[in-house]
Amino acid sequence: MSRLQIPALSKARPWVQTAVLRPELGSLVAAVLLLMFFSIASSGAMLEIPTLARVLDTAWPYGIIAVAVGLLMISGEFDLSTGVMVGTAGALLGVMATEWGMNLWLALLLSLLVCLALGLWNGVLVVWTGLPSFVITLGTFFGLRGANVALSKYFTGDALIENIDDAAGYDSLHSIVATVFGTAPSDFRVSLLWWGGFTLIATWILWRTKIGNWIFATGGDREAARAVGVPVNGTKIGLFMLTAGAAWFVGVSNAVRYTSVQAGQGVGAEFFYIIAAVVGGCAMSGGRGSAIGPAIGALIWGIAFVGIPHAGWNSDWRWAFYGVLLLLATLINHIVGERVRTARSG
Amino acid sequence: MTTDQTTQGTEEAPSEPVDVPVLEVRGLGKRFGSVQALQDVDVSLRAGEVTCVVGDNGAGKSVFIKMLCGLIRPSEGEILLDGLATEFSSPRQARALGIVAVYQDLALAPMMSLWRNFFMGGEPVKGWWIFQRFDVAYAKEAMQRELEKLGVDLGDPDRAAHTLSGGERQGLAIARAMYYGARVLILDEPTSALGVRQSGAVLRLIRRAAQRGTAVVLVTPKPQHAFWVGDRFLVFQRGRLVEDRRSETLTLESLSYLMAGGGEVDELESAIATA
Repeated sequence: MSRLQIPALSKARPWVQTAVLRPELGSLVAAVLLLMFFSIASSGAMLEIPTLARVLDTAWPYGIIAVAVGLLMISGEFDLSTGVMVGTAGALLGVMATEWGMNLWLALLLSLLVCLALGLWNGVLVVWTGLPSFVITLGTFFGLRGANVALSKYFTGDALIENIDDAAGYDSLHSIVATVFGTAPSDFRVSLLWWGGFTLIATWILWRTKIGNWIFATGGDREAARAVGVPVNGTKIGLFMLTAGAAWFVGVSNAVRYTSVQAGQGVGAEFFYIIAAVVGGCAMSGGRGSAIGPAIGALIWGIAFVGIPHAGWNSDWRWAFYGVLLLLATLINHIVGERVRTARSG
Repeated sequence: MTTDQTTQGTEEAPSEPVDVPVLEVRGLGKRFGSVQALQDVDVSLRAGEVTCVVGDNGAGKSVFIKMLCGLIRPSEGEILLDGLATEFSSPRQARALGIVAVYQDLALAPMMSLWRNFFMGGEPVKGWWIFQRFDVAYAKEAMQRELEKLGVDLGDPDRAAHTLSGGERQGLAIARAMYYGARVLILDEPTSALGVRQSGAVLRLIRRAAQRGTAVVLVTPKPQHAFWVGDRFLVFQRGRLVEDRRSETLTLESLSYLMAGGGEVDELESAIATA
């Protein structure tokens, strides 16, 4: 068959192409630059092993959930209930282990089931009602915020659940989710391996499985995806369960590590996961992003959290820093999105 | 009996195997509440032919193609595939039977690469159980092969879909439909947002798809486009199929007249004259 000459678009923009296909690149550059900046500002203290250990230890709980939130964001949805669900998972584990005398492994499984059910609730409600997930999960957020504290007080008489290490199965569970390598202050938690492993698996799913293609397609053009047979609703529900599962993992890991749970914990953290995902190059409108990007976004938070006091500045500036970073990342995402739209109609 | 059948077969269809319609509808109708959107449509679509569906807004042409591709279920009548009555209730089922619709707006996810778009919803996989993975090498190669068959060159398969021109997007969508073994290809106003050069390329692409033995159904409001590419023209008016003409029996002028409302124009003129 002879070549058919279909006129192409006249203006090609290589940097937009790169931003679309390698969305985490910007955050990687930012992370390296920040690390260099704080190393200089702290006269090298930033690059010492104990400092790096603190950076990673700050970043991992955000990182694990941010990776899941990033995948959800690529599919075009939000989850504001992830932070408070960390508290739900920890409080559930704590109540079951300390008040009901349950083996921690059983409590672990049951709290997972509850969290997955909550994720299912979020997903099914979003799919059925067609309302913005922002609203649905905000409702779940407030519901859980009340329930976490109220139920903890009801069962234990206090919003603080303690002595989880007295429960059966504590040592074996501790060795899996909270073991320490190295000695303080150069200590690294096993949690970092979980974080790394989860990021790798999420990357694999996103780029090399059909489910990954469904996630991109669902966020990229939902109706196009539905028309060619992508299970759009199932993909979304599955991802809401994934974010709930990630929150569960962080919640129970912290409960085991600190042996106590503050039932009100996690409130406010949901924004950090979303910011980390956006800083990592996930588009708020869906269809673009990666799994490694949100992990880097969380790492940037760790670098700033530890780096700012090391540089001798008031640590309150951390918040302002993260706000500026969010604004910059969103602006870049927006510009890329605009370029994509104009190229499309041209 | 056996000899009878053999004789009959050699008598009836020795040189004309394409004469069995791929898709046939009989007495097809659709009612929405008290509104009869379409009634009593009898049409047969043949392989290798481009059938243009034309008519005014609300004439019933979009209801007609939506029933063909499974988006709407008919209230009356039947759809026959290869002479056998068949039913499907979703575009997915229709596609499994070889009836594929390409929509102008609903084709591609802009930020995904060409090959990811090409296999969206039908990803080729290899490996077993949790090691099952998207067969990327195969996907890229198969897409290129299919595009080559249509004579289309879209360049790097890794480029994102938003970098395609309107004509290139149609090319990718048509190649995708052909890959999935489309026997009936339904195109809903593929040239409506395109300039002249883009339109020309897409119309030639449509001819090529038909030459490869596909029954193409084309909805277009432009008489010039329909006339150049069409073998047959179905004119809908007020929920009825009012004309079913072959291209030999038409000129561009008579087709334009039919598309502009045909008899309705005469009716209107006489109404104005007598008022």
